[in-house]
Amino acid sequence: MSTDTLEQAQEQVIEKPKEELLSKRRKRLISDPLNEDNPITVQVLGICSALAVTVKLEPTLIMSIAVVFVIVFSNLIISLLRNLIPNRVRIIVQLAVIATLVTLVSEVLKAYNYEMYKVLGAFVGLIITNCIVMGRLEAFAMGNKPYDSILDGIGSGFGYAWIILTVAFFRELFGSGSLFDFKIFEAIGLANFPTNGLMVDSIGAFVVLGVLIWVQRSKTGYVEH
Amino acid sequence: MPTRKGGYNVQQSNAYIIIFTAIMTVVVGGLLSLASQGLGPAQKKSIELDTKTQILASVMDREQLKKMKPNEILEMYNQRIASLVVDIKGEEIEKDEKGNDIVAEEVSILKNYKRDPADRQYPVFKYINENDPSKVEAYILPLYGAGLWDKIWGYVALQSDLNTIAGASFDHRAETPGLGARIGSAEIQNRFVGKEIYNPKGELVSVTMIKGEGNTGLDEHTVDGMSGATITARGLSDMLKKYLGYYESYFKKINSGSMAKL
Repeated sequence: MSTDTLEQAQEQVIEKPKEELLSKRRKRLISDPLNEDNPITVQVLGICSALAVTVKLEPTLIMSIAVVFVIVFSNLIISLLRNLIPNRVRIIVQLAVIATLVTLVSEVLKAYNYEMYKVLGAFVGLIITNCIVMGRLEAFAMGNKPYDSILDGIGSGFGYAWIILTVAFFRELFGSGSLFDFKIFEAIGLANFPTNGLMVDSIGAFVVLGVLIWVQRSKTGYVEH
Repeated sequence: MPTRKGGYNVQQSNAYIIIFTAIMTVVVGGLLSLASQGLGPAQKKSIELDTKTQILASVMDREQLKKMKPNEILEMYNQRIASLVVDIKGEEIEKDEKGNDIVAEEVSILKNYKRDPADRQYPVFKYINENDPSKVEAYILPLYGAGLWDKIWGYVALQSDLNTIAGASFDHRAETPGLGARIGSAEIQNRFVGKEIYNPKGELVSVTMIKGEGNTGLDEHTVDGMSGATITARGLSDMLKKYLGYYESYFKKINSGSMAKL
């Protein structure tokens, strides 16, 4: 390593603490996963739960909150421990942290919203295997500071959330004719609006997701190579 | 992979890894058991509320139940439901093999389902008249069986003649959404109301859900099926028939008057 780069590196190290609370770089940590680097539509992670829980908006909302909670806090915890975690068992450590948080979410849900616990059942538990969470821990939190990791978690969490909520919006609207169980078509006087059985099925989620990806990519110009 | 300070000496030793994972296990395990202990009472309460809501749903309007607050549901349950547990012979049982009191609401239908029908505990929930507590308006019986993908369960309510179905509520774990999962909807459950389980000869024939949807000329022992969910419907009919059979001796006891109607 030449002296030049070493000095540059040192400068960077010194400069870092001066960074604003929400600098441009940090804003990008949040905004990137929302659109250009979205975990579902661009990285194509977490598709399983995106199909499974999006029949109705209410469970989807609960699922979104659960994932945001798990991803933010696991990012924070792993980031705090990043210099202590032995490299050889890091995946197990990450998994243990995620599993603990997920179990907590599941237990709280069981205690205070049993109805949703029954609906979401296994899917909350399956957040453990949601590649988005694990992916952020391994790719980001292991090498970044806690505050940045929280921002990254918020970005990825909400990137996941807005996509599944959009999918659920269309699936519930056209599959069940309601929004948050409120019969929307009956309310506006279209009582016999035909609901589409395809939307209730997972196939409906694929269709909506496909359209979403299409719209998004035609806007951002993202192409897979 | 970013290299970290000290990442290649102490932290790579086996001793460090073992100590690290041991501490992590204790911390994580402690945290989870704390949470489990702390949330236990609230969980028990919500399970109890869920069970009682389901029992009431078999004789009451679901929409009305949905609007009620948890306290109101529990109060209503206390006022209107009297429960007991019977065995296969229809005899009331109050204590289990170990001599503990049996509470009908706490009898796990799933656990009993795994035992031999002769050894099971069968809870009965009596929906009693608002003004006259000695009058039973409906007998609510739990059911458990197999659908297409996984377990299905529910409650069926019989009117005081022990023949006419007053209502039913079903639930499932993993039936196909939009097809078999419809057993959880009021639309399907209402089809059972008014059907009869005994034929004129006095034989228990139960109520069968038939194949296909939109059938006409249904008699008092059949209900219209669910399109695309024949197996779920078959499981439902099967579950109903089996469980009504298990309770038959209890019905006979009531009809012959050997058991107080309270």
